[in-house]
Amino acid sequence: MREVPRRYRVAARREEFPGTTTLDLQPVEPSPAADFAPGRFAMLGTFAGEVPISLAGVESYPTLRHTVRAVGGASAALAELGEGEELWLRGPFGRGWPVDDLVRGPVVIVAGGLGLAPLRPLLLALEARGVALSLFYGMRRPEEMLYRQEVVGWAARFPVHLSADRADPGWSGTVGVITRPLAQAPIPAEAGVALCGPEVMMRLAARLLVERGLDPGRIYLSMERNMHCATGHCGHCQWGPWFVCRDGPVFRYAEVAPWLDLREV
Amino acid sequence: MITAAELAAAHPFLAGLDPERAAFLAGCARLARFRAGEFLTREGQAAESCFLLLEGRVSVEIHVPGGGARPLLTARGGEVVGWSWLVPPFRYRFDARALVPTRALSLAAQCVRTKCEDDPRLGYLLLKRLAAALLDRLQEARLQLADLYAAPAGGRR
Amino acid sequence: MSTGILPAERLDALIGELWAAGYTVIGPVREGGALLYDEVRGSEDLPVGLVDRQEGGRYFLEPSGDGRFFGHTVAATPWKRFLDPPRRRLWRAERRNGQLHFLVETEEEVRFAFLGVRACDLHGIRIRSAVAEAGPEPDEALLDRRRSALMVAVQCTRAGGTCFCADLGTGPAVDLPADLVLTELLEDGPHRFLAESRTEAGAKILQRLSLGPAGEVDRAAAARAVAATRRTLAERSPRLEREGLRELLYRQLESPLWDEVAGRCLSCANCTLVCPTCFCSAVEDVTDLEGARLERWHRADSCFTAEFSQIHGGPVRASTRARYRQWLVHKLAYWSDQFGEPGCVGCGRCITWCPVGIDLTEVVRDLRRREAEESGERER
Repeated sequence: MREVPRRYRVAARREEFPGTTTLDLQPVEPSPAADFAPGRFAMLGTFAGEVPISLAGVESYPTLRHTVRAVGGASAALAELGEGEELWLRGPFGRGWPVDDLVRGPVVIVAGGLGLAPLRPLLLALEARGVALSLFYGMRRPEEMLYRQEVVGWAARFPVHLSADRADPGWSGTVGVITRPLAQAPIPAEAGVALCGPEVMMRLAARLLVERGLDPGRIYLSMERNMHCATGHCGHCQWGPWFVCRDGPVFRYAEVAPWLDLREV
Repeated sequence: MITAAELAAAHPFLAGLDPERAAFLAGCARLARFRAGEFLTREGQAAESCFLLLEGRVSVEIHVPGGGARPLLTARGGEVVGWSWLVPPFRYRFDARALVPTRALSLAAQCVRTKCEDDPRLGYLLLKRLAAALLDRLQEARLQLADLYAAPAGGRR
Repeated sequence: MSTGILPAERLDALIGELWAAGYTVIGPVREGGALLYDEVRGSEDLPVGLVDRQEGGRYFLEPSGDGRFFGHTVAATPWKRFLDPPRRRLWRAERRNGQLHFLVETEEEVRFAFLGVRACDLHGIRIRSAVAEAGPEPDEALLDRRRSALMVAVQCTRAGGTCFCADLGTGPAVDLPADLVLTELLEDGPHRFLAESRTEAGAKILQRLSLGPAGEVDRAAAARAVAATRRTLAERSPRLEREGLRELLYRQLESPLWDEVAGRCLSCANCTLVCPTCFCSAVEDVTDLEGARLERWHRADSCFTAEFSQIHGGPVRASTRARYRQWLVHKLAYWSDQFGEPGCVGCGRCITWCPVGIDLTEVVRDLRRREAEESGERER
């Protein structure tokens, strides 16, 4: 807790769409090796505040990739950082995706909105290990798609279902909710699942997949709560018996299903 | 002419229908093909058919003057398009336009309605399936409206 | 390890030895109409001749009619404010020419001697320390302060009005290895303390006091005094039945009773402030006007505040119902999943200091009773 954050510099930035930016971060000083596994998160800070941001990629460690959406003062300051500017990082924290279980494949990845960010490093790791993948990606509008070029590349290599709540007639994906293609597409019953997106979407998708015969013990989802200290000591991110920052953010659906149906816990 | 067995196997909407009723209903069905861009239904026109999509992709949309087509949802093989056939005034509520070459079972509305009046049990079966499909559509439309992926207004951090 | 008799008039010698050994001595002191824990220089700082009367939403001090130093029970605020200071700076940062510079905060090393820790509070300190130890990144600052502290426990010779330690097995006898354990005696002899050391550090202090030996009479008097407290507690027991507690609460998360409690709860956070185990905190960044310097502060927080459960759209627990439920269910059920035991020690402070007198044990009893009634109705 007394640990001082580490200095990072923005090595590259790309605006995904207005208000949402992907940052490649390089340590300013040599820092100890840390386990930036897919699904873990870091606390990123500037003088405007500190926020938990999922790791969106580590292809060229120690450079880290994070995608930030400006929703408040702290996140806006991060999203607006220019190349070469400094910020701080604490972490990585939490339990990420169970790659060793999922690598048994096949794997269905279900992303909603910004939820693709923490799924991206998982997807890359699984693809590199030859796992049969399919991606279901729901978004608000086609203009608000993350990693557009990469998504196009993925679609050439494995099934990618894109669905937007609203779209213009030129849109090649479907219009509607992502649970529709999830209900219709062929999904092997032995598939593992990784879910990240708005809680409502995750709840409905997980329920639907269990109805389709998938094992709730192999459905994983990444939860959002108020991560503050990120080390399980401040109590803010508690969700039922869990500290999301320490016991999560990735949980096994079979363990948390009843808690997803309770309100305000 | 479509056989009863083909009909029942062709589309989940009719799956499990008993052979007698399937045969009864087959009399109302024909296979329809649409080229990309072709309309299955047009808003305001008489709802003469209900389409059970076999394969392809159909955009259900509404035409906005000056804005062109506004897509509302995309239907695929296994779904049903054109639900206005069952209840007065028997007029389509939306445009349905094939996005790619599309095949569908077209059920003649008048024919099905007559058969349902003659066999209320069949009518009830179809209505239950239609209600289930409608419920899914309604939930989905509401979720789209809920705008779940939007950045929150007044986020603090 | 060793036992002796400390005459009441030599209590100052003990306090003096503690200071001399380099400890900052903290004990019960009177502050306005209540007892708090604060610095004790000598026995005259202690609330001699005072007892506390505690009940739901009420607390007052009155003369005991005898000269006891420790006739009271637990003070209003728990010891945690010394082990886990409610406000402290963690680090500082400066921005110079676009570069960030960090300064680690070195904390002044204070070794505390806690004089007059009750059995329940020792458990509270133990449970709070277990929270600090958990996980991959323990709260070493708290653990350091705990490790360097000396515990001078006092056994309860009277049960407080809201106590229920016996139900949780945390009292009234001191069963944890405190450094020293005192039992204040008035009967069968002069005003004195039976003093036992239970650690090396405690033994050293006793040695320096060169106490007279404790006799069978003293031991018997001490045992009787604690037994009397145990009897009082037993008479009103069980206030909190532990059997099946966690499961009961998990079954009753949607009980309408939470709404009824929420109708009374003011969300004032008093219960979390006085609880010896409540650990929630916040980190807060303070910048100067130029935006060149920043300080990271740790401060105590409460699950009763609106911002506590804030996620990007708003608070997860928006209602008082949800916040009260979170507090109680965390304390008595989630805690068991997280740390292997409930987070309650039965000190009763949350009952006493609730401005509307909400009693968590009563809430649990109501939940149990209603569940029993409902299952009875179903069976009929």
